Amino acid sequence: MAIVMLIVATLVFFITRLAPGDPAAVMLGEQATAADIATLRASYGLDKPLPVQFAYWLGELARGNLGQSIFLQRPVTQALAERAEPTFFLTLFALGIAMLIGVPLGIVAAVWRGRWVDQAFSGFAMLGASVPSFWLGLILMQIFAVGLGWFPVAGYGDPGVPLADRLRHLVLPAIVLGVVNSALILRFTRASMLDVLGEDHIRTARAKGVTERRVVLHHALRNALIPVVTVLGLTFALLIGGAIVTETVFGLPGIGNLVVSAVLRRDYPVIQGALLVIAGLYVLINLLIDLLYLAIDPRVKY
Amino acid sequence: MSATDAATQAPPAPTRRRAASVIWRKLFGRRVVLVGALMLAIVAVAALFAPWLTPYDPTALRILDRLQSPRGAHWFGTDELGRDVFSRVIFGARYSLMIGALVVAISVTCGALLGLAAGYFRKLDGPIMRVVDALMSFPDILLAIALVAVLGASMTNVIIALSIVYTPRVARVVRASTLVVRELLFIEAAQALGVSTWRILLLHILPNIASPILVQATFIFAYAVLAEAGLSFLGVGVPPALPTWGTMIASGQQFAHQAIWLVVFPGFAIILSALSLQMVGDGLRDLLDPKLRKTL
Repeated sequence: MAIVMLIVATLVFFITRLAPGDPAAVMLGEQATAADIATLRASYGLDKPLPVQFAYWLGELARGNLGQSIFLQRPVTQALAERAEPTFFLTLFALGIAMLIGVPLGIVAAVWRGRWVDQAFSGFAMLGASVPSFWLGLILMQIFAVGLGWFPVAGYGDPGVPLADRLRHLVLPAIVLGVVNSALILRFTRASMLDVLGEDHIRTARAKGVTERRVVLHHALRNALIPVVTVLGLTFALLIGGAIVTETVFGLPGIGNLVVSAVLRRDYPVIQGALLVIAGLYVLINLLIDLLYLAIDPRVKY
Repeated sequence: MSATDAATQAPPAPTRRRAASVIWRKLFGRRVVLVGALMLAIVAVAALFAPWLTPYDPTALRILDRLQSPRGAHWFGTDELGRDVFSRVIFGARYSLMIGALVVAISVTCGALLGLAAGYFRKLDGPIMRVVDALMSFPDILLAIALVAVLGASMTNVIIALSIVYTPRVARVVRASTLVVRELLFIEAAQALGVSTWRILLLHILPNIASPILVQATFIFAYAVLAEAGLSFLGVGVPPALPTWGTMIASGQQFAHQAIWLVVFPGFAIILSALSLQMVGDGLRDLLDPKLRKTL
């Protein structure tokens, strides 16, 4: 894991060095004078050889310093922390919604395999994976926020307003993100449930005369949900990716919005920082899931 | 792996042809694949024959006709500059599918080479796969955004960025299959006969792992169409002047409250193409899955 993170950091460093031309000139834009560029080069150590820059950057990284945002004039860590709240709650709610849709529908589809419910739910899963979240967001916003006025159209309350008021702004975005991403969980639950329902202990339970309801909910479901845990890591990556786009549609001041504006302003330290933090979270969540897997499934040994 | 069995036993040509026709029938006998393939054919025909199918020039401005709702003369309405949305959606298929196809071609080629190298040469496995793991720990769209930010927003750079994003997926699948095939007897036989490594990789291993690559390619096509639309929507993709489905939704969103069709129809086009590709991909996967093969 440490090696992967080191490679991630190296990739992030060199991705920004892929830019054709001088990074300082690119960061400052076309109006910059030669003196401005020289000052920026010196302040970011860009006048030093690349290996020296890289070593310095890694050293600062180890101390938790992601650098200074060029546009926002503050440390990248601070800029990310300020924007974390909407993104955190958005991904959390979306994950909840995705699981509330994906798990029960997946179970039902597996139990009635091949029947019309299964086909309908599997069709829904495929459709969910084909709908762009920004498009669904725009459509639902027109219907439920602009047309019916049930939800705020866009934005996120000031830090001064109560948390509940701020969270109200997240309902529609979370539904969009949750519905679109429930597809993966649905497919995975269905496949896992089908595997378990074909096992010997299920046949034994049925032979003993255990009711079908108890077989499904007690004997099969508990075993089937174990592999589903692993898909949560992948879902997290999808949700963060989806959050970037969804936040832009709904004007939520989250990390996704920060990244997109940083890209448009060519604020490289912010882009680097966001890439690193998100990839780091992804690696960490997958490690936690591996550990959790070990805890909930006694058959697994590493 | 019955694919490799078939290769080792080298069945006579007529049997193979019959097997191919059986697979063909089985594939299109599945309703989901048939419907998916038909939908895909519609999109492809629209892309290929766009100039003959469209009643208007997709870039022709008619300010007097701006923001007209869908009706007789303009089936999908007109946009804020009076351009015909139907013509633009049809022409959009060209750009969106071309970008998707090029991303598939590049990422499958690079991913297959990397995956073959990682799976066949033990010493390269560790280094290649760690980089693949690292690249896969970025959410797709985030990595693509960052790459386009650095390279600059243009159609070529969107294709390069998305190819970099999807190459690791192919590499992972190819490596896993290569690890299985390289241990088989016919590879050992080829090595003993002194067949060159390149020949073993490209003529003996690659054809035997073609089915997982094919399945992965259909899914990457769908993801690439969706990702291109997302990038263009965020304003970090293809320049707004090109009528891709993503740029159409992006420029239509500010008029969405009065002209929802500007957003609806390009969105339907994206869903239609992504859905058809996933239906075909799903069908292929079920068909080529060795576990399900026996039932054929």
